[in-house]
Amino acid sequence: MPVVNKKKDSPIQDPSSGFMEPFLLHLADNALILGHRNSEWTGHGPILEQDIAISNIALDLIGQARNFYQYAAKKINEYPDRVVNSKTVTEDSLAFLRDAWDFKNCLLVEQTNGDWAKTILRQFFFSLYQSFLFEGLQLSADKQVAAISEKAAKEVAYHLKWSSEWVIRLGDGTEESHNRMINAIDELSKFTEELFIPASYELEAAKHGVGIDLTLIQPRWKEKMEAVFEEATLPTQKLKEKLWQGLFGKEGRHTEQLGYILAEMQFMQRAYPDSEW
Amino acid sequence: MAIKEEIIQLLNEINDPEIPILSVMDLGIVRDVKIDGEDLEVIITPTYSGCPAMEMIQTNIRKCLSEHGYKNHKLTIVLSPAWTTDWISEEGKNKLLSYGIAPPTPKQHTCKPALFHEQEAIQCPLCQSYNTRLISQFGSTPCKALYQCNDCLEPFDYFKCH
Ligand SMILES: [Zn+2]
Repeated sequence: MPVVNKKKDSPIQDPSSGFMEPFLLHLADNALILGHRNSEWTGHGPILEQDIAISNIALDLIGQARNFYQYAAKKINEYPDRVVNSKTVTEDSLAFLRDAWDFKNCLLVEQTNGDWAKTILRQFFFSLYQSFLFEGLQLSADKQVAAISEKAAKEVAYHLKWSSEWVIRLGDGTEESHNRMINAIDELSKFTEELFIPASYELEAAKHGVGIDLTLIQPRWKEKMEAVFEEATLPTQKLKEKLWQGLFGKEGRHTEQLGYILAEMQFMQRAYPDSEW
Repeated sequence: MAIKEEIIQLLNEINDPEIPILSVMDLGIVRDVKIDGEDLEVIITPTYSGCPAMEMIQTNIRKCLSEHGYKNHKLTIVLSPAWTTDWISEEGKNKLLSYGIAPPTPKQHTCKPALFHEQEAIQCPLCQSYNTRLISQFGSTPCKALYQCNDCLEPFDYFKCH
């Protein structure tokens, strides 16, 4: 990529606005980790068309991650003191050379695929969240965040439709598929609360008009989720169940699942530094 | 001195690696060509965030411009306004049809988020029947959905609205 004229097109020039880096990494990490999880289905999908569908969703998510990582790298490189060993930060170094405690993704996206029901429910919860998130971020005071979000929102609309229809198909399907959805709700509902608990950098981002107020989208998320669950004949009161102890993915406190993902995803770069393909 | 028409002529020859019947101009991803003396800037926008063809398209544009003596070129990627299938040229839509891919319909009903929404009838590119059905919203590339014709039974790709 050509070297970009520093600061010229960056709306945030105040070095004190340190929320940008973690905020962008959080958005990128969410997309990368769920994209990676979904890609684990490639070649293993229940039927060919759905294998292709989930692989396409993985591709969209990894594309979103790349956009946010590229922008984060640009921001980080604007502050020379942030650059370690005079090595320029790149989208690849951010994805492949940070450790689990540096990752700022939500706990939901790192959870294992389980069966198709669990994968579907995870996608539904997250796509619904992303649909409201990107709707808001399209109006971000940061032009590049707005641009990435505008693009991503169109993709998420398809992910949400696809996963909603699958929640209904499975929930209102056979006894077996219904029970599998119930199990998925048991396993995943405790991770939904975190989506709406702002980390410090999200609060700062919202204060500067770059991010959004998550508490405003929570009721909208819940309402839409319950409407789909109702059509899927799934119980909604299950979701009130509470949380994890001490964990907070947005600030790097993850479940053990993330370590396994990174071990696989980062192996090549760790074993053969700077290798390209 | 670079002439805009000349550059566009060159870009007309660069094809989408995944749908080679379409040039990057047909696809509508070239947003602008700016010429300032010896400097040339081509501005493009990606179709989908993760479209794997984008890297190859960029490489091909650079290679083509360099080979034609435009060493001083710059390739800029912009994300906003986001690409939409509305930007596919009429010629591009006709090319898609001749290639066996149903072009995006002018009324973009498929963007409606309503669940299990009745899709607008997509015409079979082979027998022209409107009696077709959606197999999957996601097809062989990010930009396509998979359909099947109920009359001639042929499965076909639909360049879905975006
Ligand atoms: Zn037909």
